[in-house]
Amino acid sequence: MTFFKEFTKGFVKENPVFVMALGLCPVLAVSSSVENAIGMGAAATFVLVFSNIFISLIKNFIPNKIRIPSYIVVIASFVTIVDMVMEAYVPALHKNLGLFIPLIVVNCIILGRAEAFAGKNNVARSIVDGLGMGIGFTLALIVIAIIREILGAGQLLGFNVLPETYNPMLIAILAPGAFIVMGLLMGLMNMKKK
Amino acid sequence: MEFVAKIFSMAIAAIFVQNFVLARFLGLCPYIGVSKKLDSALGMGMAVIFVMTMASTFTWLIQTYLLVPFKIEFLQTIAFILTIASLVQLVEMVIQKTAPALYKALGVFLPLITTNCAVLGVAILNINEKFSFIEAILNGFFAGLGFTLVLLLMAGIREKLEKAELPKSMKGMPIAMIVAGCMALAFFGFAGLKI
Repeated sequence: MTFFKEFTKGFVKENPVFVMALGLCPVLAVSSSVENAIGMGAAATFVLVFSNIFISLIKNFIPNKIRIPSYIVVIASFVTIVDMVMEAYVPALHKNLGLFIPLIVVNCIILGRAEAFAGKNNVARSIVDGLGMGIGFTLALIVIAIIREILGAGQLLGFNVLPETYNPMLIAILAPGAFIVMGLLMGLMNMKKK
Repeated sequence: MEFVAKIFSMAIAAIFVQNFVLARFLGLCPYIGVSKKLDSALGMGMAVIFVMTMASTFTWLIQTYLLVPFKIEFLQTIAFILTIASLVQLVEMVIQKTAPALYKALGVFLPLITTNCAVLGVAILNINEKFSFIEAILNGFFAGLGFTLVLLLMAGIREKLEKAELPKSMKGMPIAMIVAGCMALAFFGFAGLKI
């Protein structure tokens, strides 16, 4: 596969959220506003790229039997770094995302890419793969967040985009809205595939 | 008596009002993934209750007697995930030796639980909410119970949905998501409970 194809496969064709249905918890939890979605996407992409780099570098030194625990330790270290950096520089966003920053550790996308890709490929390919998958994850988050924020608050990134007369459907930014929007989008993706 | 009342309100909160799956969005992967059949949902639920209670116990002890005294709280994420992973491994080995029948029922679900974010979630929440030791253990247990409840409800609904006439593209995951949305809506009713 060429580098470019490797990079773009995560956007639509192998989108980690819509097609593979991985990492659903953070997607549904933080997609109530576009701002949170971008923050979460950036944090996850950072962890994904750096853990991919690190794992592809050390893959030959890890005994096969303990590879999963080793991957988890690598991922957890990068998550800790992200957690501390975000707390220092973007405290408001850190507070909004709350529990879901440490929970990036158990995001199946990251462990999934480590196991399926970084543990078998060289550094350059792993960077491209991590970046592509991270962007795919962020795109999915943003798409859901745009729908939910417009329907539920009549806003986009905090600016009013709908006329004053629009009565916001509060349900869209609450928990049930997350599930329903996600379900409809998945159905749409299925329809497009056929 | 006051203690009993506190525990009771904690149980209601963890199981209904702040349900881990429907209100906090934790543990969605097994919720969608293992809810196709009622008996496998029951197995998964039991395993999760067990591991969540154990994880709450051990992570609380580690936080209080290891991380805080040595001032290494920043290692929380790494320490907790390692604790949970080794705990799951240990539980798997113990059950395999002592109760082969139970192991057969739970077997396939146990390794999956390490990456269930509800387990790490409850461990971190216990610390963030500054629960005491007993409260942390009970919170873990109740959260697991809440997870099992909605998992079983979902499995029951999905078994019936198998026979329903649906548009082809909505079959499987998409309709499960919509059903989950309706359940979340129903669970909002509990938000009015004040104890």
